[in-house]
Order: sequence, then structure tokens, then C-alpha cells
Amino acid sequence: MSRLRRSMLYLPGNSPNMVQDAHLYGADSILIDLEDSVVISEKDSARNLVRNALDNVDYGDIEVTIRINPVHTDFYKDDLKVIVPGKPDAIRVPKSESAEQIKKVDEFITELEKENGIEVGSVKLMPMIESAKGVREVNEIAEASSRNVALTIGGEDLATDLGVTRTKGSEEIFTSRSLVVLAAKAAGIDALDTIYSNVNDIEGLRKETELIKKMGFSGKAVIHPKQIKPVHEVFNPTEEEVREARKVVDAAEEAERKGQGAITVNGKMVDYPIVDRARKTIAYAESTSK
Amino acid sequence: MKNKINREVPEEIGSYKGLNPFAGSAAQNIIQNNNKLKEFDEVLDEINIQDGMTITFHHHFREGDILLSAVLDKLAERGVKDLVLAPSSLTNAHSESVIKHVKNGLIKKIHTSGLRGKLGEEISNGLMDEPVIVRSHGGRAGAIETGRLKIDAAFIAAPTADSAGNMCGSEGASACGALGYAAVDARHADKVIAFTDNLVEFPVNSISIPQRLVDYVVEVDQIGDPNKIAAGALRKTADTPPKNMLIAEKVAEIINGSRYFKNDFSLQTGSGTISLATIDLLKNLMDKKDIKGSFLQGGIAAGHVKLLEEGYFKTIFDTQTFDTAAVKSMKKNKNHIEMDAADYANPFNKGPRVNNLDFVILSALEIDLDFNVNVITGSDGVFRGASGGHSDTAFGSNVSIIVAPSIRGRIPTIKESVTTVITPGSDVDILVTERGICVNPARDDIREDIENNTSLEVIEIADLKEKVEKLTGKPKAIKFKDNIVGLIEYRDGTIIDVVREVK
Repeated sequence: MSRLRRSMLYLPGNSPNMVQDAHLYGADSILIDLEDSVVISEKDSARNLVRNALDNVDYGDIEVTIRINPVHTDFYKDDLKVIVPGKPDAIRVPKSESAEQIKKVDEFITELEKENGIEVGSVKLMPMIESAKGVREVNEIAEASSRNVALTIGGEDLATDLGVTRTKGSEEIFTSRSLVVLAAKAAGIDALDTIYSNVNDIEGLRKETELIKKMGFSGKAVIHPKQIKPVHEVFNPTEEEVREARKVVDAAEEAERKGQGAITVNGKMVDYPIVDRARKTIAYAESTSK
Repeated sequence: MKNKINREVPEEIGSYKGLNPFAGSAAQNIIQNNNKLKEFDEVLDEINIQDGMTITFHHHFREGDILLSAVLDKLAERGVKDLVLAPSSLTNAHSESVIKHVKNGLIKKIHTSGLRGKLGEEISNGLMDEPVIVRSHGGRAGAIETGRLKIDAAFIAAPTADSAGNMCGSEGASACGALGYAAVDARHADKVIAFTDNLVEFPVNSISIPQRLVDYVVEVDQIGDPNKIAAGALRKTADTPPKNMLIAEKVAEIINGSRYFKNDFSLQTGSGTISLATIDLLKNLMDKKDIKGSFLQGGIAAGHVKLLEEGYFKTIFDTQTFDTAAVKSMKKNKNHIEMDAADYANPFNKGPRVNNLDFVILSALEIDLDFNVNVITGSDGVFRGASGGHSDTAFGSNVSIIVAPSIRGRIPTIKESVTTVITPGSDVDILVTERGICVNPARDDIREDIENNTSLEVIEIADLKEKVEKLTGKPKAIKFKDNIVGLIEYRDGTIIDVVREVK
């Protein structure tokens, strides 16, 4: 299975303390930001700080993603020049609005990988959809690069672009979320959800995570360490789910040995997709208990 | 011979020699009047503080204390010299006054638990002719009770007192809760003077220090700043900084996996955010295992009180009270028991309470590869902390847990060798940082519990040091002069280390 991306912890790229500690909180990914949380006068120093961290901090198995500045700004190439040689796992491309942009980033990374003796294609991409235009182009964006491992959605910018304000249920971005999931799944990559901005409302976060899990998202961005655990709890299969999945897989294997076709578990018909899903549930549970 | 009332009585008989004939009911120098109210100046006239005497104060008012400075000013006016100032501790509230009175010759020596702020800096830069003696709370109680620290006069700020000298810490506008440090002074000082801004009719209804120990009561307008004595607001676990929360989660998991985590276990914590978050997390774990604790002790705050009230622990032993909720609890809850510093930690009595502890959670400014802990001097070598109950509880408890961030600012917490040893590594069992957990190699049992019963990994302290130094680099050694500015007493009165003047 692909790697776990239940939670991605955002942190500003200009905070040395956070950059050196972000991986300690148990998130599946960390997301070091060079874009919105870094003021223009500090873009330069933040970039260098993040590169030093990539070179010197032992982030272990955690996925390290850097959010660069948007392709329509002057900063993104400078960001990539400094960051790519530090071999991050992935680059998040904000305000992605066309396949062209993603291709541009892809090509530039290829150049940098070659220059720095890094295996071409090793730095992955996560286009971020946060405008109406981005949502409209999402299918092309998803397919634009073989580096793509996930599509992500930026709820706040998207709401602004749509001329709406996000309310608690986030109905305003429901359709956009669905389109992002569909495009990602069609391209065989993950869909990752936007942040929940009220860090003190853990119940609200849990509800929203339940919703986006049902919609097909594989994970959610978080902005505070205390949001990590509730998000993981929603994504982790419950013991009951794992038990049921084991029953299904055991029954399927038993049937296969006996050369039977369709089987029933607990009175319900079980066919191939259900067995496949059960296997995924077990694998997921195993990967989360490591 | 005939005594005062004309009865024939012997001066000696059998082996009884030197019998004294009755000379009248008030002929001996005994207390005739329990009204001890006097003006401050009268008191000073009567007790006649001489050059070189030892005077003490308590630090229950923390940053809100005004008595110490006021008394020093009065004594300086009277031309007294070369006093030994031996309070239970010194806070920032005392800095200016103490510096002034060292410079003008009133104070010759200082004995304390803590030194910080401007005073800490000045002393580290050679303010005094003689080194400061730093003692733990238990060490101080031991020094007093064994007579090594002889107190000529104890000046005790009492939030409430009556004219007979009974004092109460948990009532009045300046309520501070326990008077645990002052209680020891009161028992052993030659003269005991209570100061109160809440003089009540005899008797005070909850006695922290009894009248039999008290010579004088002085009524004053104000003995302290109530806003700085007890913190008002309850700290919420949800507001704990993430790094501290991470450490608290690990500590809770370690305790949960420990063989000592069973019915009637006992715990001491401070009132910092890590401690308070840990006890909050422990509640759930106690529920899950259906465990009830025996007692909590130490510096008591609202979080501890909640555990008592909700039935998680049977008793609180309180030497020092930190917030309004804890002050109230002491007043109304019979299971919230005031405990003096000798009962708490004097190593020389027949059983200080620290020896009953299962777990203690302690902080550290520095810890070294031998697990020695420094809580008194900063990364610049300057006094900026307190010995407190650190070495007392680390020694007494079954499991002593040090919690500290692995990096402060850009300075690593783990050293090859700490600047100043307060607690020897032999009494320190576990170090918990956000970046890794280390167990003293002498405690295989603890390591076993962590490895078998938790998801946490134990790493060698030298490896953690190296890991941190990859981020911070290796700090340069601090440069000191030869001059010794502090003697660090271990709790038994032996000298465990010295502090030198900084360059």
C-alpha cells in the first residue's frame, strides 16, 4: 500500500524551533511552509533554514514535504533551487491552476535532480487546489506529472475564490472536495484534505475528519500537534472493523482452497471488491500499529 | 528551708540535690500574658538583634513577599551588622533589598534554597565576601532540627494570626495556604515574631503554627501582595505548549507501565505545565486500570486538588500551596493536610514523607552523562534556580523522573558534566525529553517496565546528547574564576559541589 498520510502537520519555515521539532509529535507527514506563513522579507532566510534542517535533522521515517511559493511568483524557482538538493520527500505546489504549471515545476526539479546527482523522479509532487480554476482543471493537474503522489485542497483560499465563507459544515466546498477526490483516485494517487482552523474544537475536527474520510480523502492537514491524535483515530480502522475484515479474508481464503466462488459472511454476500477492501483494512491497521 | 508560702521544704534529699523552693507563681521567667501584640519597634528593642545573628523568613509569599525587605530596612536603620540571612528561599521580590543590605554591611552571609534574578547575577559576580550556602528544603529542616543552623529570630509573615500568636496560612487577604517552611523555624528559633495584616479574635480556627512557639505578634497594614502570592487561574491542560504536552504524554505512559503504578501509589509533582498535564493524563489511566492513589504531595495546585476531590487520591500533603483553589481546599478539606518541611523531607528525623513516595516528577536545567542534575545555575553559570525538594524527593522516591526539553533556546540540556550538582545521579532514574527517554543504567527494573509495557523506546543518554548536539553544536565551556561564591549542601549537610564566580 502507499504510505500513510493520515495527518500532515503544517509549520512555518521560518521558525527554527518548530522546524527542528515538528517530526516529534507523531504526524505521518510534516509540511514545512515557505508560502503564506513566511513574510516576503523572510523568504530568503526561511528557505536556508529549511534546507539546513533537511541536511541536519534526522526526521526518521516521516514524510517531509515543503510547500513552496506559487508558480506565478518569482520565488518558487529560488525555493526549489535551495530545497531540492536537500532531498525532501515531496514538494507541495500551492495555487495549482493548470497542468502547465505542474509540468514546469516537474521539469525544473528534474534539472535540479540531475545537477545534484539525485535520482530523477525521487522528489514527489503534491499539487494544491485552492481556486475555482484549479478545481476546473483538477483532472489535468492530477495527470500532469508522474511525480504526483497526492492532490491536496486548500479550503480557505478556495472559499475566498468562490466568494463564500466556510461555515462549520463546510458545505461551501463540498463539491470541490468531491472533484478533487475523484481526480486523485482516477489518477491513482491520494487526496488530502485542508486544515480545520479552530484548534480548540477537537470535536468539530473529528466530525469534519469523519466526513472527509467518507468522501475518500486519505488524510488531513493539521496546524497544531493536538489535532494529530483525533485525526488518526478517525482514520484508523476500529478493532471491530479489523475483526470483520479478518473474517472476510479468512472466509475468502477458505473458499478459494475449496474452489468455491461467491461466499457469505454474517449472512451477506461477499465478492471480490469486498475481499480486496478487507485486505486493505488489515494492511492499513497493521501499518498504523507500527 | 521555708519557701515563699512558709512551707518547710528540703534543698536536698536522698539522691535529689539542688531542689528549688517555690518562690511565687511568677517568679520564674515564664509567660504570664498571652497577649503578644506589640509594635514592631518595641519588638526590635526587646529582642535586641546583635551583630552576627541569624534571622530567617519563609518564602510562602513567593513574588508577593514584602516582609523580608521591610525587616531588613528596619534592622539596617538600627545599625546592625554582619547578619546571617537564612530564609527558606529567596525570590525576585527580594533581589533589590538583599543586594542593598549586603552592600551596606547588614548581611554578611546568606543561606537559601534558591537564588535568581538580579541577586543571583550579583552573587555569581562576587557580591559577597563569603559563599552562599544552598540547601534543599529537607536539608534546611535537617540543619535546623539538628542545631547546625541556629536561628536567633524568625520573622514569620502570617496571613492570619491572633493575639496569642496562633498563625493560619489559609485565611485572610494574603492567604498563601501552607506555612510548612516557617513551621520548622518557629519550633527552633530563639525568638519567633509573627507579622499579620489579618489580626483576628482569639483563637484562629485553623492553626498552622501554634501560640506556644510564638513570642510576638505585630500587626501591619499589609504583609504581601495577594496577586503575586497565589496564582488565581487554573491552568488548562489544553493550553499546555505542544512540546511540554509531548513530554507529559511520555511521562504518563512510563508511569502507566511501571510496576509501582498500582493501588495506593503516591506521587509528587511540581506545578509546571508538564506536571499538571501529566496528572490530568494519569486520571484516564487510573480509570482504565481501576487504580486509586494514596497521597499526592509537594507544591500543591488546583490540578492536585481536583484529583483529591474526584477521589483519585486519598490525601494531599501540602508544604507549599500554589494557587487559590489549593488554598481553599486546604481550608475546607480535612484530607488536604498541611505538612511542615521537616515532616516532608528532613533526612535526620525518623521518617520523612519523601521516603513514602513512589513517583516524583522533577525538572532540570542540566543533566549529565552520570545523571547528575543541576537546578541552580544556568547555562551561563549564574545562579538562576533553586534546590527545593529536588534531592530530597529524588532520594526518597522509588522512581524519580526528570522532565526537560532537550534544547532550550539553542542550548542543549544534556552535558558531559553539569555545571553544578544539586542531585547526584545515583538518585535520578529517568530522563524524559521530547526527543528521547533515558534510564539510569542502575535501574534495570525501570528499563524493563518501559520496554515491556510501553510503546516508548529507551536510548542511552550519551546517544541522546549526541543527537541533540547535531542540531545545536557543542556549547563552549563556561569560564569561571577560582573564587567560590556558593557551597551546595547535599540534604545531609555534606558539600556536594561549589559554585564559582563567573568571568
